[in-house]
Amino acid sequence: MEDLILAGDEKLAEIKANQEKWLEERQKIKDRPDKFETVSGMSVNDLYTPLDLKNFDYQKDLGFPGQYPYTRGVQPNMYRGRLWTMRQFAGFGTAKDSNQRYKYLLAKGQTGLSVAFDMPTIMGYDSDHPRALGEVGRVGVAIDSLQDMETLFSGIPLDKISTSMTINAPAAILWAMYIATGEKQGVRSEQLTGTIQNDLLKEYIAQKSWIFPPEPSLRIITNIFEYACQYVPRWNTISISGYHIREAGSTAVQELAFTLADGFAYVEAGIKAGLNVDDFAPRLSFFFNAHMDFFEEVAKYRAARRIWARRMKEKYGAKNPRSWMLRFHTQTAGCSLTAQQPENNIIRTAFEGLSAVMGGTQSLHTNSMDEVLALPSEKAVEIALRTQQIIAYETGAANVIDPLAGSYFVEALTNKMEEEAEKYFAEIEQRGGVLACIDQNFFQQEIADAAYSYQRNIDAKDRILVGVNEFVNPDEKIEIDLLKIDPQVEKDQVARLQKLRRERDNIRVNETLDALRRAFQGSENVIPYILDCVRAYATEGEIIQVGREVFGEYREKPVF
Amino acid sequence: MARVRVLMAKPGLDGHDRGVKVVARALRDAGMEVVYTGLHQTPEEIVEAAIQEDVDIVGLSILSGAHMTLIPRVNELLKENGASDIVVIGGGTIPEEDVLALKEGGWAKEIFTPGTPLENIVEWINSHVKSKDN
Repeated sequence: MEDLILAGDEKLAEIKANQEKWLEERQKIKDRPDKFETVSGMSVNDLYTPLDLKNFDYQKDLGFPGQYPYTRGVQPNMYRGRLWTMRQFAGFGTAKDSNQRYKYLLAKGQTGLSVAFDMPTIMGYDSDHPRALGEVGRVGVAIDSLQDMETLFSGIPLDKISTSMTINAPAAILWAMYIATGEKQGVRSEQLTGTIQNDLLKEYIAQKSWIFPPEPSLRIITNIFEYACQYVPRWNTISISGYHIREAGSTAVQELAFTLADGFAYVEAGIKAGLNVDDFAPRLSFFFNAHMDFFEEVAKYRAARRIWARRMKEKYGAKNPRSWMLRFHTQTAGCSLTAQQPENNIIRTAFEGLSAVMGGTQSLHTNSMDEVLALPSEKAVEIALRTQQIIAYETGAANVIDPLAGSYFVEALTNKMEEEAEKYFAEIEQRGGVLACIDQNFFQQEIADAAYSYQRNIDAKDRILVGVNEFVNPDEKIEIDLLKIDPQVEKDQVARLQKLRRERDNIRVNETLDALRRAFQGSENVIPYILDCVRAYATEGEIIQVGREVFGEYREKPVF
Repeated sequence: MARVRVLMAKPGLDGHDRGVKVVARALRDAGMEVVYTGLHQTPEEIVEAAIQEDVDIVGLSILSGAHMTLIPRVNELLKENGASDIVVIGGGTIPEEDVLALKEGGWAKEIFTPGTPLENIVEWINSHVKSKDN
């Protein structure tokens, strides 16, 4: 048994001798002229053997599922206990439209909700702000006040479902609206489960939906950690996201390294704010991309768990095993989908989803084939969800825990991902930390370089994309139904918002906003003040405006 | 021969700047002078920058679905400011029928959608746009 991976020195010498013999024969045969590298441009050998895992130590490097360093997964029985949560990201138009889509998804067997907000909501503008023109309800649902949130979850009991909200700069406000919606339904905040993305560092790095500068953003984030720990203990207070870093064009290693570096920065911010690491670290969660290179992705997830566990235990002194566990959501790569022959995207998504499952994800969103063209249609969303159900119930992938462990290739690649990530951590530290790197445009330039070289490779056909630069249908006519947002949505939303402004108790709104301003200026936890504003039906834009006045706005120094 | 001056701009609220940056770099590598506005620009800010930088062409990258509002708006403002000689092109996730509407309406000279090789964009600009300084 031991010679499978833990080969002794003698065995290794024998293997090495045999490998040399094989190599002699093998080199006589010509390879295809292609480059053999991962989708991230990392070169790979043609064969992996025990020689690639010379210092491999099963106990130290892998251990058992549910045990440190969690390389094999965070639960002892993984998917035999509970399958991953099938969580399709959705939201468009008005709160009422999205409410109907959520009910449709729940009826089809989806097990958690994931809210997409429109750009004005993401950027902290009310629907009637001039900058919101043309964008209301386009890429997600428009939420201006508690009233919209109540409609969004009408008939959906918040103590029965978990909800993930993709919201960052205004995360505290939308979270407060969710808590207040719970109050209206008679659900206590202690019962609520879900996630807010709330990861501002990756906004400055990749997703670019920032409002305030980094320091006040980090303060609000640590306020959320603290508040949740007391009042919303089952909530994931942050989803530290590599997804957008990858979508912006990074390599797998960059996604892994920059995301974990952000994670460490949040941990350090929490500790600096006086919190005990074990009070907030168990509620930190992660969000990764699943791109097309199957093995590279599996190795990335495994390496992520191992690195996180080691750092949390050894560097930050966390004692609670839950602080060591890296739990993550995965979404298949939007950037891997092609506008050409969009049906092929179903197949791409299936492989990507399978890699996430083989990598031990806690929840998964599979993209719809038409997302590269427009918002997904109902049919496309159903196929995407069915893809997950097929992985879960037909492929056998959920039967065995961490089934690729022990593959010479996957273990060598997992080690390589960890080593390369460590190099980035050292460089980030040497440059003065994550905030300094953002300021120096370090991450942004690394990602832009990787994106450019990827595109150049495609243009030069060094990388083949089926239907794009090879196997093209020149007469292709795309015949799939696209979901269109009626421009009336914006008009109706603006009308509803203006009616709310007329009918609510405006004296109370102003009082709560004034109190919030003082809290922003001081050093108290701001969440109770935001909750008061929300309960008074202050709008998101009004609350953010107070923050803009106190903290100012972040400005990027664009690089390309 | 003077080099073509390009303003690459990102109107609207979304942060998807992968495409605009890749295109900006390809145009620069092809010998054009490229200015990139950065994210979250209003049509007013873009037109002001285009005039100030005295560019020959503006490339608008939009992935938020707001193209039917934003591209015409940039055109109108260019016209109002006496700068309608500046060529406007667009790129992003823009459905075929909107591409046609934008081109037929005279709002955009060309629209490049996902999967377009960078070389095609370079060639299009080289064959349709001449530097004003020539």
